[in-house]
Amino acid sequence: MVFLLQKTLIYAIPLLIVALAGMFAERSGIINIALDGIMIFGSFIGAVYVYLIQKNDLLTGHPQIVFMTAMLVAAAAGALFSLLLSFSAINLKADQTIGGTALNLLAPALALFFIKVFFMQDKLVMPKDIGFVILNGDMNSVGRVFFDKAYVSTYIAAGLFVLLSIFMYKTKYGLRLRACGEHPQAADSVGINVYKMRYLGTTISGALAGMGGYIYIATVAGGTCEGTVAGMGFLALAIMIFGNWKPLGIALGSLLFGLLKCIGPTYSFLDINGDGICALKELNMPMYFYNIIPYVAVLVVLAFTSKKSRAPKAEGIPYDKGAR
Amino acid sequence: MKNKTSVERTSPCLAVRILRSEAVRSILSSVLCIIGGILVGAIILILLAAFSEDIPISDAFSGLLIILGGPFASGNTADILFNLGDMLLEAAPLMMTGLSVAIAFKTGLFNIGAPGQYLMGAMTSLLVALSIPTTEQNAFFVWLLALVAGVLSGMLWGAIPGLFKAVFNVNEVIVCIMTNWIAANVVSWIFSITGDRYINIAETKTKFIRTTASNGVATPKLGLDKLFPGSNIDISIFIVIAIAIVMYLMINKTTFGYELKACGYNKNAAKYAGMNEKRNIILSMAIAGGLAAGGAALWYLNGKNDFLWNTYSSLPSEGFNGIPTALLAGNNPIGVIFSATFLRYIDKGGFNLAGYTAFNEYVSDLIVAVIVYFAGFSKLFRDLLVMKKKRKNKIDPGK
Repeated sequence: MVFLLQKTLIYAIPLLIVALAGMFAERSGIINIALDGIMIFGSFIGAVYVYLIQKNDLLTGHPQIVFMTAMLVAAAAGALFSLLLSFSAINLKADQTIGGTALNLLAPALALFFIKVFFMQDKLVMPKDIGFVILNGDMNSVGRVFFDKAYVSTYIAAGLFVLLSIFMYKTKYGLRLRACGEHPQAADSVGINVYKMRYLGTTISGALAGMGGYIYIATVAGGTCEGTVAGMGFLALAIMIFGNWKPLGIALGSLLFGLLKCIGPTYSFLDINGDGICALKELNMPMYFYNIIPYVAVLVVLAFTSKKSRAPKAEGIPYDKGAR
Repeated sequence: MKNKTSVERTSPCLAVRILRSEAVRSILSSVLCIIGGILVGAIILILLAAFSEDIPISDAFSGLLIILGGPFASGNTADILFNLGDMLLEAAPLMMTGLSVAIAFKTGLFNIGAPGQYLMGAMTSLLVALSIPTTEQNAFFVWLLALVAGVLSGMLWGAIPGLFKAVFNVNEVIVCIMTNWIAANVVSWIFSITGDRYINIAETKTKFIRTTASNGVATPKLGLDKLFPGSNIDISIFIVIAIAIVMYLMINKTTFGYELKACGYNKNAAKYAGMNEKRNIILSMAIAGGLAAGGAALWYLNGKNDFLWNTYSSLPSEGFNGIPTALLAGNNPIGVIFSATFLRYIDKGGFNLAGYTAFNEYVSDLIVAVIVYFAGFSKLFRDLLVMKKKRKNKIDPGK
C-alpha cells in the first residue's frame, strides 16, 4: 500500500504541474494544446544540461542541486519554446490549435534530430542516477509515503502549487489574467494590456510544462529522454478540464488519476490492508483491466459533473481590439 | 455599351479572377507555407553543418536535395519505383486519418481520437479477415466484410466522444484522449485472450498478428504491383481518393453536410433552425471515426502489414499524423489527398537521409512541423494576397 502511494505521488506530480501549466494558458485565453510538445522540449534541454554537467564532472556529490537546476533549465527552455505559440496566437492571431499542434510536432522532431546527430542513437540516457531524497528510513507508513523514496521535485511542486494558486486568486495580476480569459474587451477597457497578460499566462504555462517534462523523464521515465513523454501532456490537458480549470480540482484530479493509474503496474503484488493477501491478484483480472480503470473513471465522473463544467469564456479566440 | 463596362469592372482579366478565387488562394498560401518550412529546414541544416566540425557543409546541401527528391532520390530506377509504390500505399491510411480529422474540424469538433479509432478499425478488420476461412468463402467477400466491419467499429468508437459531447456536454478532446488509451488496452486485451489463433506463431513473430495474406485475404492489386515492382502497393489509394471526393461532395453539396457544418458553427442557431444538433454531433464524430478506422482496415487488409498487438503503452502515429495532414490541407477533403501524399513524399526523402549524410530521418519531421506552424497563419497569407488585389483595383479604377 505504501508502495502504491509512493508510486502515485511520483506519477501525479508531473501531471499536476503540467495541468497547472494548461490552466495558466487557458485562463488567460490561450488554448495550450502544445503542453505535450513543451514537455518534450523541456525534458530534452534538461537532459542535455544534466548530461553536460555530469560529463564535465561538475557538481559531483550534489545530485539534488543538479536535479533542481535542471528543473530550472527545463523551465526556462519551456518558457522560451512557448513563445513560439504566444507569437503565433497573440501577435499573428493564428489558430491556436494549429500553432499548438505545430509545437507538438516540432519538439520531438528537434529533440530526436539533435540526439541522433550528436549521440548516434534514438535516446539520451542521463549517465548517473538521480537520487531519491531519503530523510529517514525508520518511519511510520504515513511518513514513508511522503518522505521516503520521494524526489525533491515533489516538495517543489507542492510549494509551486500553493504559490501559483495564491498568484491566481489573491494578486492583481492573477485577477487581470483571469479577466483576459473571460472577457478581454472588458479587461482592455479598464486599461489592462490583454496581449501582455496573455503572454504572461502562456509563458508561465510554458515554464511549468517544461519543468513538468523534465520531472517526468527524471522520475517516471527513469532518466531517459526519447523525444516522448508518453502522451502525458494530453493527459494533463484532460486533467485540467476534469479539474474545471481550477487549481484544487486539478490537484484532486491528478492525485486520483495517478492513484488509479498506478494500480495497473502494481496490482499483482498490491497488499491493501497489510494482511499478506494480494486481493486484486486473487480476482484474476488481466493487467489491461486495471489499465483501463483510470480512463473510464474520468469519463464516468465527467458524465456526472459536466453540467458544472465551465471553460474560460474567451479561450481560443484571438483578441482583436477592433472587434465588438 | 454601358453593360459591357460594368462587366469589365466586375471581372477585370482572367489572371486576376483566378488569383481572387478562394481555391487558388488556399493553394497559394499552402505552397507558401511549404516553401517557408523547407527554407527553415535548410537554414537549420546549413547552420548545423557550419558550426559542427564533424559535418561537412556539402552534407547540408546534398541532404536538402535528398529530402526534396523524396522517393526519387533513392538511386536506380528499380528503387525509385519500389519507393514510389510504397509511398502511395502508405499515403492511403494517412489520407483517411487526415480526412477523419478534417471532417471533424469542418463540423466544429477536434478529433484527437483518431489513434483509438484507428486501433479499433485495425483490430476488427483483422479479426474478421482471419476468422472466416477463405476455403469456404470467397476471399473478396471476406475482404469486403472485414473492411466494412472495421469502418463500423470505428464509427461506434468515434460516436462515444460525440455522445458524451451531445448528451453530457463533455469536451470532446478529453473524451477522445481517454478513449484512445482505452482502445489501446482493449485491443491488447482482446488479442491476449484470443491468443494463438491470431498471433503470428508460424513465422515466430509472436509480437504481431498474422498477416491477412495467411488467410488469402488481401486488397486487390489490379496489376499495380507490376507497375511498381517489389512494393506492396494495392488499390487502396484509389479507394481513398474516391472516399475523399465523396466526403467533399457530402460536406459541400448536400443538406446533410450543411447541417453538420451548421452545428459546428453555432449549435444554438442550428437548433433554433430546427436541426437535431445532438444527432448531428454524434454523426459527425461517427463519420470521423469510421474514416480513421477505414484507414487502418485498408492498411492491414493489404495482406503484408504486421500489426503489433500488445500496444497498450503506445498509440499509432498514423492517428496523430492525421492532424497535420488535415491542417495542411485547410480541412478540405480534396486538399487532404495532396497533403497526405506530400507528407509521405518528404518522409521517403528523410528516410534516405541517414544513409548518405550525417543527418537523419527526423529532418523531414522538422520541416513538416515548421510547415504546420506557418499553416497556422496561412489565413494571414491569404488576406495579404487579397489586400494586394484590392490595392491593384484601387490603383486602376479607370478600367
